[in-house]
Amino acid sequence: MRFLRTEEQREFARALDGMLGASGVPAAARAWAAGEHKPGRALWARIARAGVFGLAVPERHAGAGLLPVELTVAFVELGRHAVPGPVVETVASAAFLDRLGEAGAAGAAAAGEWLPRIAAGDAVLSLAAGAPYALDADAADAVLVVEGDTVRRTDAHGPVQPSLDPARRLSRPLGGTVLARGPEVSAAAAHARDLARLATAAQSLGLGRALLAATVAHVKQRTQFAVPLGSFQAVKHRLADALLALELAEPLVYAAALAVAAGARSAGREVAAAKAAAGEAGYVTARTALQLHGAVGYTEELDLSLWIRKARPLRDAWGTPTECRARVLAG
Amino acid sequence: MDLGFSAAEHAFRDEARSWLAGHVPAVPLPSLETAEGFAAHREWERTLFADRWSVVTWPEEHGGRGASLVQWLLFEEEYHAAGAPGRVAQNGISLLAPTLFEHGTDEQRARVLPPMASGDVVWAQAWSEPEAGSDLASLRSTATRTPGGWLLNGQKTWSSRAAFADRAFGLFRSDPDTARPHQGLTYLMFPLDAPGVTVRPIGRLDGKPAFAELFLDDVFVPDADVIGEPGQGWRVAMSTAGNERGLTLRSPGRYTAAAERLAALWRTAPAGTDPALGGRVADALIGARAYQLFAYAQASRLAAGHSLGAEPSLNKVCWSELDLALHETALELLGPYGALSDEADEAPAHGSWAEGYTFALAGPIYAGTNEIQRDIIAERLLGLPKGRR
Repeated sequence: MRFLRTEEQREFARALDGMLGASGVPAAARAWAAGEHKPGRALWARIARAGVFGLAVPERHAGAGLLPVELTVAFVELGRHAVPGPVVETVASAAFLDRLGEAGAAGAAAAGEWLPRIAAGDAVLSLAAGAPYALDADAADAVLVVEGDTVRRTDAHGPVQPSLDPARRLSRPLGGTVLARGPEVSAAAAHARDLARLATAAQSLGLGRALLAATVAHVKQRTQFAVPLGSFQAVKHRLADALLALELAEPLVYAAALAVAAGARSAGREVAAAKAAAGEAGYVTARTALQLHGAVGYTEELDLSLWIRKARPLRDAWGTPTECRARVLAG
Repeated sequence: MDLGFSAAEHAFRDEARSWLAGHVPAVPLPSLETAEGFAAHREWERTLFADRWSVVTWPEEHGGRGASLVQWLLFEEEYHAAGAPGRVAQNGISLLAPTLFEHGTDEQRARVLPPMASGDVVWAQAWSEPEAGSDLASLRSTATRTPGGWLLNGQKTWSSRAAFADRAFGLFRSDPDTARPHQGLTYLMFPLDAPGVTVRPIGRLDGKPAFAELFLDDVFVPDADVIGEPGQGWRVAMSTAGNERGLTLRSPGRYTAAAERLAALWRTAPAGTDPALGGRVADALIGARAYQLFAYAQASRLAAGHSLGAEPSLNKVCWSELDLALHETALELLGPYGALSDEADEAPAHGSWAEGYTFALAGPIYAGTNEIQRDIIAERLLGLPKGRR
């Protein structure tokens, strides 16, 4: 038992962090929110070159194999930098198509068509399963829509609906052609949902880490009543609670990744526990960040808004805490 | 990154599980906070010690098994899952022993540790004073030089289990003229039946005589019972305090077992029970699992040669709030039966939720209040400036 990231995993995280930090993500996120996808697609290509999407694609489709722990390491960094776009939906689509491909010919054709493109960063996919809206369908090359035991593929969608996080563009997928039908669709969708939950939990964790770091820096330099904000006990205690929530969510997220990697029977439950804890931790930290930044934090101009507005949707996407708690209770 | 256990760890867990299955009393022992229960728990310590399960991480020469921290975590999981009795020897084992291993002499270790491990000598901590709770540096009780040793004077209070224990350990002011309150303190051990010691039991919130106050009137302590250098007591004690609030006082096994019992209670809840309570049960399961994994990560860090620094303050806030939340949820699930104390004829049969609840109420208070812990987290882990409390 050695429940620590390996040196290789830590180096991967550092490299991604450095690359994203130098990539102008806030500007790309603002453009994305305005419906200009070009800077976001360029960012997407860099993320793909760093190997991130290949971690969700098996070697026979030109990926690195489904590697949930490494994928988690990567999504913590994507969350830390508030990367826009359907990154979770794309890797979940990859997991879905791969699983479907193992089950039959129709799936195999779609897997062969999309998986190498996903690994290479050439394809952006969205996935709507159990929700009326698809994320960033206007930017995606295709949307997979799972309803019951049927999956459709479409690239048509209704008008983009304004949403709480403008960088998360929501619209209803329309029409499309049936790709496959049957119990293997439901099974593949359940697998994809677990991976989406895991990646979203990792994003929440990274988002929370970034918000905490920004807020700690702020309260050290901002003075009120002639002393640094961070010297007030009430301020310290909120930040201590945020750190505690993140520190306790983190091992749940990595344990869930290990369970998914092992194909453990407990994986669904562990992923749900991780999602509930990390989603709440990210959101609590966002609330703390907003409170301690005060009015300046309540403005759209400050880049911090990109992180703050994402925390609540990430908490609720792919399973609200209530849904995840119910999954934990079900055993 | 690996959560799999080695063959040796599996074997250790299996051995512990089968020993516990054969030895855990079928009928729960009376509360260790009563004279009768204290005696029964002392016997249980002897049973544990006879097969070397009382102090598994200690070296074999002192009665342990030289077990790793991971093995200890596994042992604790099995111990609590088996519903084994609370540990009356815990204050000595988790607070005094680590200090002796770090700062004691060979003679002290040879003399003090074996009877601690066997339950023959049960230790009480004597830290707090009426004017010094979490602010331990403001201690006033004194240790004055006398030929061959020291004379202790003053008053200690809220001393857990001191009403029935044999010996105590604590800090005393040996130099009243130092510039800073942390200086001039000395760490000493003393018998509770020594001339000049008066022990007055104090009823706890649940009415049990689980606390005591100690009045010390020229109590003689030989030099052999000073731990570390005289005047360096603060530094010596802080290693103990770190242990108290950290991993070794409250193992995750305690909470994973309690959360499982809570989930069992939920599954048998009567129809019509508020589903929102299910969410709180799930949070207890998630919280206990999180703390377990957090501890595995800490054990891995320690095994890799890192130190934990101020991290144990995170543990302390975590386990104390988790314990309270899960017991509060249990009481609510029990409905009208949740108000009964464990001694009631009609008390719920499935576990001492009432005593557990009362014990949990103290968690955020002792071992340094959670307010103190949050200050430590903010200042030492997040680097925030010190300020007025």
